[in-house]
Amino acid sequence: MKTTGKVTGIVSNLVTVQVDGPVAENELCHITVDGTPLLAEVIKVNGDKASVQVFESTRGLKNGDPVEFLGRMLEVTLGPGLLSSVYDGLQNNLSTMESVFLKRGEYTDPLDHEKTWEFIPIVFPGDTVVAGDWLGEVKEGWLPHKIMVPFSFKGEFKVKKIIPAGNYNIDMIIATLTDEAGESRYITMTQKWPVKVAIKNYREKPRPRKIMETGVRCIDSFNPIAEGGTGFIPGPFGCGKTVLQHAIAKQGEADVIVMAACGERANEVVEIFTEFPELIDPHTGRRLMERTTIICNTSNMPVAAREASVYTAMTICEYYRAMGLKCLLLADSTSRWAQALREMSNRMEELPGADAFPVDLSAIISNFYSRAGMVVLNNGQTGAVTFIGTVSPAGGNLKEPVTESTKKAARCFYGLEQNRADQKRYPAVNPIESYSKYLEYPEIISWLDENVKHGWVADVLKAKNTLRRGREAYEQINILGDDGVPISYHVSFWKSELIDFAFLQQDAFDSVDALCPIERQKYMLDLTLELCDMEYQFDDFEKCRDFFKELINDLRQMNYSKFHGKAFEEYAAKTRKLAREYGN
Amino acid sequence: MATKAYQRIYTRLEAITKATVSLKAKGVANDELAVVGGRLAQVVKTRGDLVTLQVFSGTEGIPTNAEITFLGQPPVLKVSDQLSGRFFNAYGHPIDGGPEVEGEVREIGGPSVNPYKRRQPSELIPTGIAGIDLNNTIVSGQKIPFFADPDQPYNQVMADVALRADVDKIILGGMGLSNDDYLFFRHAFEDAGAIDRIICFVNTTEDPPVERLLVPDMALTAAEYFAVDKNEKVLVLLTDMTLYADALSIVSNRMDQIPSKDSMPGSLYSDLAKIYEKAVQLPTDGSITIIAVTTLNDGDITHAIPDNTGYITEGQLFLRTDSDSGKVIIDPFRSLSRLKQRVQNIKTREDHSQVMNAGVRLYADAQNAKTKLENGFDLSDYDHRCLQYAKEYATRLLSIDVNISINEMLDTAWELFGKYFTKAETGIKQSLIDKYWKGR
Repeated sequence: MKTTGKVTGIVSNLVTVQVDGPVAENELCHITVDGTPLLAEVIKVNGDKASVQVFESTRGLKNGDPVEFLGRMLEVTLGPGLLSSVYDGLQNNLSTMESVFLKRGEYTDPLDHEKTWEFIPIVFPGDTVVAGDWLGEVKEGWLPHKIMVPFSFKGEFKVKKIIPAGNYNIDMIIATLTDEAGESRYITMTQKWPVKVAIKNYREKPRPRKIMETGVRCIDSFNPIAEGGTGFIPGPFGCGKTVLQHAIAKQGEADVIVMAACGERANEVVEIFTEFPELIDPHTGRRLMERTTIICNTSNMPVAAREASVYTAMTICEYYRAMGLKCLLLADSTSRWAQALREMSNRMEELPGADAFPVDLSAIISNFYSRAGMVVLNNGQTGAVTFIGTVSPAGGNLKEPVTESTKKAARCFYGLEQNRADQKRYPAVNPIESYSKYLEYPEIISWLDENVKHGWVADVLKAKNTLRRGREAYEQINILGDDGVPISYHVSFWKSELIDFAFLQQDAFDSVDALCPIERQKYMLDLTLELCDMEYQFDDFEKCRDFFKELINDLRQMNYSKFHGKAFEEYAAKTRKLAREYGN
Repeated sequence: MATKAYQRIYTRLEAITKATVSLKAKGVANDELAVVGGRLAQVVKTRGDLVTLQVFSGTEGIPTNAEITFLGQPPVLKVSDQLSGRFFNAYGHPIDGGPEVEGEVREIGGPSVNPYKRRQPSELIPTGIAGIDLNNTIVSGQKIPFFADPDQPYNQVMADVALRADVDKIILGGMGLSNDDYLFFRHAFEDAGAIDRIICFVNTTEDPPVERLLVPDMALTAAEYFAVDKNEKVLVLLTDMTLYADALSIVSNRMDQIPSKDSMPGSLYSDLAKIYEKAVQLPTDGSITIIAVTTLNDGDITHAIPDNTGYITEGQLFLRTDSDSGKVIIDPFRSLSRLKQRVQNIKTREDHSQVMNAGVRLYADAQNAKTKLENGFDLSDYDHRCLQYAKEYATRLLSIDVNISINEMLDTAWELFGKYFTKAETGIKQSLIDKYWKGR
């Protein structure tokens, strides 16, 4: 029998329910207000009182309103059709809702039950399978979408029957399995999985061993993120967080992209809906939307569903990873999710941690980041979930709980800097403070040696060092004045500006410069370092400045020109000629 | 909102704070309105039989035996065309001596627009002010606040912007408006002959602060009626959102909530987002654009109120006094309109974005020259030219008292470039230089 209860207290979306039977932590329930069932989740139980957070507005809710517990946690439906969909944080399909306004209590089906998919079986009757094994596949766009033994199945199963190749809808029983007790289990193209539990039907989770290209120079070359790696982008407002994230979403070298717009502006999501269907994926030539799922819980949508949205997004990524695909999850912004946790903890009158955030914030964040990673599946194939989150630190101050907790969990740090943004040096990623732990991984170093250039990491470190020295020289010039320092200080400063302007800065709105493949990055870094390695002689600092300004302009023109095209080669030749005039 | 027959009247309060009262009552709905000793109140918390109400006008003089009746509904506004040209208080009651408005009853603070049903904002709103139109172009469906110290003339600028904007309705939500500023808006609207397209919801400094919490929702409910039901272009002005946030912190404080940064409630971000995100471009041509004011404390944008606002809104317009020209200008460095790319060079002349960037970059060079001067270093010829340019640029373009068309702004900028700089120093694309360059 189902547990029921009635409402006994309300503070905003935290509702206390008196229950008449067993309830589980994180169990879902429906609270009925004026005939409309509102979805809510148990977050605390004390005696026969359960505290639940309601995923909708609680306006009009009364003490005594009936509650029915559902005996399950928050789940997502997994199956063909997830890609190119737009969901809210609870996986309601936003595109099939009719009214202009979101109606409270309106829940829509995440997948299309009418559409048919061309199914091809992979297993044969008599085969032995376990949870996560591939039974067959359908083509979702151009991706092979595997139909798997549901992740929740325990033990070994024998394939009793598998449907022949053909066109079926997602509710078709495509296979019948028998468990160890001889009971038949019927498999359709869909399965459900609780979002807060990681999908772990893989053999092992090794260390990442290759980088994921984003086409953004300050990331790929300077602080690369690994396939299956984690990174985060903190930055004050107006520093280009969203532009950078959209660039990664458009260009990231992944089969599947899930974007979780978590408590951010609705107009930014509208930009994705409007532009992605038109844009072409540079890696496959297909439309970007075909590989993208959007989870959209904008800042004005119910706060409790914000937390759910990042978990929903992660679960979808893990599902595709189990098919042996490379997934990229982008969450903007994880601070809004942390704020949702704070609001709830506050209403429950828990003792607060720093800045009134819950004390377990750090644990929750690192637990979430740990769900990313590269895995080896049971059949030996590999899949990956790469995760990049943005953080919106209050007042732009990185010494706040969300940034600090995330720093402990993520392996790459791309700190956006107000100063750089003010000077329009985009992407405003601070080249000295930012880091990628993957540059220290022997696996990654040898991958880069083989796939980019032998000794690549040493080159990158050299470029970073030139930047650091340039900054020191700049400080001296600022204190002592242009004439108060030796010319070599100016040379040192301008070499760092050369790397900054010609390599680190990149125009996300230019059709050529926006996407810079690693091969091109290598060429440009080689050339820039070649120019930096030369010794230059100048009579005065103004000559030095004019020389480097011209050099920078030519290198920037190269960035805007087609790789190895006529203009590109001409500019390259010109920079070398110019450099030889003053240096050797 | 007359009381209904047979309605239960409670007469015993269990607890009173400056902003809230608590009593034992049954069958009370969350967010429901009540009348406590003749004053309007709203249910904010129930625990068992104990109901806590937030009394909008404060609890001064309310006795423990005050009469309490529940009204059975959350705050509402009657919407119809009769709203046009009227002035209301925070409860939606007329304060202009006119009759009550008849119309459909709508709950305020209603649900959000399905993001999937939105359209990408793409229509220019010209204001005649170059600091906005040239450098930070505003688009219909955008939400953008003025960040200004209390001594800046933000209300005047906002009134100018509203009256020049080509919109069907202007809805003013005044929170903690001084009586003088309220009368200023009223006269400005009347003098412009624009009164029939204006609607005002006003809470002045004479009114209790907690009442302010109703103002944005009232204004936006009216805005949604005209934008969604009537497909009109609506401009909503909200001044001053800092005072709104202060009222939020008063209530949360009285309810013993744990404050987060700057003693603001932990939900400040969501509370502000709920208001600002009502800005929308609908597929039916109706739109709501929000221009707000957030007053700052000595230019500090790291305070929780401007900080959270900046993360929510699509840019900000920063007002400050320019020491060289003595004019109030829209600071080109700290201001930003995130949606400007949607219209620049598309709805405006092809040279717009390049002229904008060059103008601001040269102004930045002038600031560097100024720093050099202050630090006692010698100035180059270029530095001197920059300084002269900066003064004229601030006076003729950045100042808020400018009122010219966008093409005139662009021409003015070209004139200044030609007067003080060489073609190469502007860094503008050659094809545009060939077409528009003025002077040497």
